[in-house]
Amino acid sequence: MTSEPDSTMTPPSLKSKSPFRLISNFLYRHSCLATGFLLLLPVLWLVVVYLGSLGTMMIQSFYTYDHNTTQVLAEFSLDAYKEAFTDPILSPPNKDVIKRTVRMAGAVTIAAAIVAFPLAYYMARYAGPKMKGALYLGVMLPLWSSYLVRVYSWKLILAKDGVMTWFLSKLGLMPVLDWLLGIEGIGGKSLSTSYIGVFLVFLYVWLPYMVLPINAALERVPKSLTEASSDLGARPWYTFLRVILPLSFPGVVAGSIFTFSLTLGDYIIPNVIGTSSYFLGTLVNVERGTLGNWPLASVLTVVPVVIMMVYLSVAKRLGAFDAL
Amino acid sequence: MKKRLFWLLLVVLLASLPLGTVYGGNRVPLHQNSARQDGEGEVSIIAWAGYIERGETDPNYDWVTDFEAATGCSVKVKVAATSDEMVALMNEGGFDLVTASGDASLRLVAGKRVQEIDISRIPSWDTVDDRLKEAPWHFVDGKHYGVPYQWGANVLMYNTDVFSEAPTSWDVVFEEMDLPDGDSNAGRVEAYDGPIYIADAALYLMAHNPDLGITDPYALDRDQFNAALDLLRQQHELIFRYWHDVVIQMDDFTNEGVVASSSWPYQVNLLKGAGEPIDSVIPEEGATGWADTTMMAADAPHPNCAYLWLEHSLNPKLQGDLASWFGSVPSVPAACEGNDLLGADGCTINGFDTFDQIHFWKTPTEDCGDDRGAVCVPYYEWVTNYIGILGGR
Repeated sequence: MTSEPDSTMTPPSLKSKSPFRLISNFLYRHSCLATGFLLLLPVLWLVVVYLGSLGTMMIQSFYTYDHNTTQVLAEFSLDAYKEAFTDPILSPPNKDVIKRTVRMAGAVTIAAAIVAFPLAYYMARYAGPKMKGALYLGVMLPLWSSYLVRVYSWKLILAKDGVMTWFLSKLGLMPVLDWLLGIEGIGGKSLSTSYIGVFLVFLYVWLPYMVLPINAALERVPKSLTEASSDLGARPWYTFLRVILPLSFPGVVAGSIFTFSLTLGDYIIPNVIGTSSYFLGTLVNVERGTLGNWPLASVLTVVPVVIMMVYLSVAKRLGAFDAL
Repeated sequence: MKKRLFWLLLVVLLASLPLGTVYGGNRVPLHQNSARQDGEGEVSIIAWAGYIERGETDPNYDWVTDFEAATGCSVKVKVAATSDEMVALMNEGGFDLVTASGDASLRLVAGKRVQEIDISRIPSWDTVDDRLKEAPWHFVDGKHYGVPYQWGANVLMYNTDVFSEAPTSWDVVFEEMDLPDGDSNAGRVEAYDGPIYIADAALYLMAHNPDLGITDPYALDRDQFNAALDLLRQQHELIFRYWHDVVIQMDDFTNEGVVASSSWPYQVNLLKGAGEPIDSVIPEEGATGWADTTMMAADAPHPNCAYLWLEHSLNPKLQGDLASWFGSVPSVPAACEGNDLLGADGCTINGFDTFDQIHFWKTPTEDCGDDRGAVCVPYYEWVTNYIGILGGR
């Protein structure tokens, strides 16, 4: 019901001739219609813009791409799926990219959980009101400045002649850095052109999205439960392991949804930092933006959608949505 | 309260109206092709960054304002970063002109996205460099599909602190070696992050592995293509980064210790201008290069303004200013003289005499274009394989 409280107290004048009055009278008597009008915009948005674009993408993934003229033909085929997964010549680089991206997203998510949990724990349990405010501000502050500027400044921080190297050399930690960069598979020529660099920047950029849900979950764990646990003779670490962690774990899963999906889709960080190897986002960007290969780009977008659907159904079972 | 509800509903209603028309409506062209000779008031151009300047970056470089005042055609520019993007934009439609490089122009002609140009409507055509008038990247089956705009080479950019003398060969970016400063080149060189770079490897093999019989770095049969890929895999171990972003490459040369790379004169000029120890050279193997042609869309909505721009694009002042701005070579030789921005030997510095050393970008197709027939590796395989190489495959 959308009728206003004051209108129930003073019934609208049915004799008024003003067109506004007529319309509002009409809607008053047909309150379903009024609700319908109110919902029109959000529903249109959800159906047309949100589901519509998703549906168009799904349909496009079955279109045919003519490699020689680089034109998309509206003819049904599975070519794009073959190009992404089964074609012996064309698919291996694409599959590499998918694997690389999923691994990176997994690593970033796990690391973010490990870094964020103690911080969120401190914020929720120990920090005084002033400290808490400062920490919230510290976590949120990066979100208020331009993402692009932050990523480019990380390129300068991680550069071979950059701040990070200078700092490490002052501390005498250069051998550690050289050892890290020498590791096969994740190392590189400098921090800014290695997977380690990409990993660090992803971790930095998505950390707030992990801290906040964990913090929210921890805030909701009643103090009485931990007290009860210790009254019953549990040592602190046992209380943590059997009471606090299980109760706050949905928060970790909720945060991991953000970090995992955001890493899967990002196309800016691998463009600026890293080995020049493609990630899903950058590959989609190239296939669509520069080659005009919409079908393959759509298939490559369906991949994270499917991955996230599996991920979300597991997360749901773990109770992540109770923490949101 | 009632009134407020009414207004809210009215807004919702009004807001939903255009949504419906956009979703179901057809696109109606704003201007039909008319027989009028005067302009339609607008011309939209897809161009490389820095190709169409209206004095906003630097007031000295402006070749749009006067054109707009003289013709009444307001110029709209859509900047594209790669040839592939230009083709994609042209496929979407709605543009009049495109400054297409050779690796895009033939695709546009083959896809019937551009129309034949009537050179009798371009009075300055005779001033165009004779070497470009019937160049194969826009002159197809005896028909002109565009007006040459500018050209240039993908030069070897190097650090003069490390190389006291200019390197003579591309081997500094392809083979592991000690550079003049005594250190290895591993991790100190870069390559271009575009599939067309496979041609650079082929060009190097053309000189250093004659047994492969490469005659055209853009028409590679399977064996030649695989040899080029092997060379690129070997190069992968040396590469610091594959560059595509001009700013990042300049940063790599100033902050990351990169000392040699394939590059554009544009970056070289900017870094030299900033006082960095940077210079460039075209090594003995020659170089790949680009030659851009302004082409007109088959369904150009503003053909008259487009023709006016095509004529304007050959203006010697424009050509000279642009060459100075971009580090390229004018397609009108007259532009080389008497241009303050370009300077007396600007054209020579930018490579006017290197035309024969340059293998201009063109789209690799299955048809080799010679007596080998249809055995060459088409462009889409170049793309996939290059993505693989960037990923270390």
